[in-house]
Amino acid sequence: MSTAHPSPAEPVADEVRRVRRTGWSIGLATGLYGISFGALATASGLDVWQAMVLAAVMFSGGSQFAFVGVIGGGGSVVGASLASLLLGVRNTLYGFALTTTLPRGGWRGLARAQLTIDESAANAATAVSPEARRAGFWAAGVGVYVFWNLFSLLGALAGQYVADPGAWGLDAAAAAAFLALLWPRLRRAEAVAVAVAAAFVALLTTPVLPSGLPVLAAALVAVAAGLLPRRAATTAEVGTTEEEAR
Amino acid sequence: MSLLWIGVIAASLGTFVLKWLGYQVPPDVLERPRIARITALLPIALLGALVATQGFTDGQAIVLDARVAGLAVAAVLLALRAPFLVVVVAAALAAAGLRMLGWG
Repeated sequence: MSTAHPSPAEPVADEVRRVRRTGWSIGLATGLYGISFGALATASGLDVWQAMVLAAVMFSGGSQFAFVGVIGGGGSVVGASLASLLLGVRNTLYGFALTTTLPRGGWRGLARAQLTIDESAANAATAVSPEARRAGFWAAGVGVYVFWNLFSLLGALAGQYVADPGAWGLDAAAAAAFLALLWPRLRRAEAVAVAVAAAFVALLTTPVLPSGLPVLAAALVAVAAGLLPRRAATTAEVGTTEEEAR
Repeated sequence: MSLLWIGVIAASLGTFVLKWLGYQVPPDVLERPRIARITALLPIALLGALVATQGFTDGQAIVLDARVAGLAVAAVLLALRAPFLVVVVAAALAAAGLRMLGWG
């Protein structure tokens, strides 16, 4: 976006300061909803330590909510693990985009992998200079990590005292959390179609498959949609294909 | 060690390995158009399915209860660009309120 801007380029030092500030605000804002993760985790039957291993080691919001959502819905541990791993695949893609800007090897190599999440990748992507991309990645990554774990602990401690999660609407909160994670991805008609088809596959297979597996069956919708040949008739679609091919 | 603990640790380490792998694999693999499209659509399909199962199922039964109202409130707030925490808390309050009134 900023590359296409006609005004003279922002000085690197200013850009670094800007993305660093944004990174910390993203960290605080995102970290706050760790409260809902922690509360859902312990209300779903995990203990505080299990919730905190997910927050600190798994450290990927969608995957964590998927894990506790499947367990809370009475699903199997295997189903919960597979659902969280499949949702974690997108972090692999962020690594591809970031591999040239971030230091490799040593503890920094492990830290950059652990901090590779939606927010850090997105904040890095807003910067133009390599210095600012690095600063944006580390500020958002460290910021989210610190606040996410802090607020997850608070939520997990509070969630233990919830005797009936349904009475507090925590089951509805989990569904709403998934909807909120899905919402920003629904910009294109294809995405809406895939989400709706996947929801139907999950509901249709729920009575016949063990709990947790309907979600995985629905993942096949993405595979099928990805393998379908694209209609390349209109200019709009040719445009999107070129954009994707970059 | 309980099965739940094994799942928590295995899935957590697995998620870390997925992040780490992104920095190891040669980029041309994921630039193949079909693989790129599947990996882009995968989280969308999974989240769509998770909304459905978390919102409309109980065990192996499909049920309509107060969660539907929670999801409706969440959708309206998301369309109004409300922050994540507001959306989640409002959905919980809507469902809890209806249950307090004896529905769902």
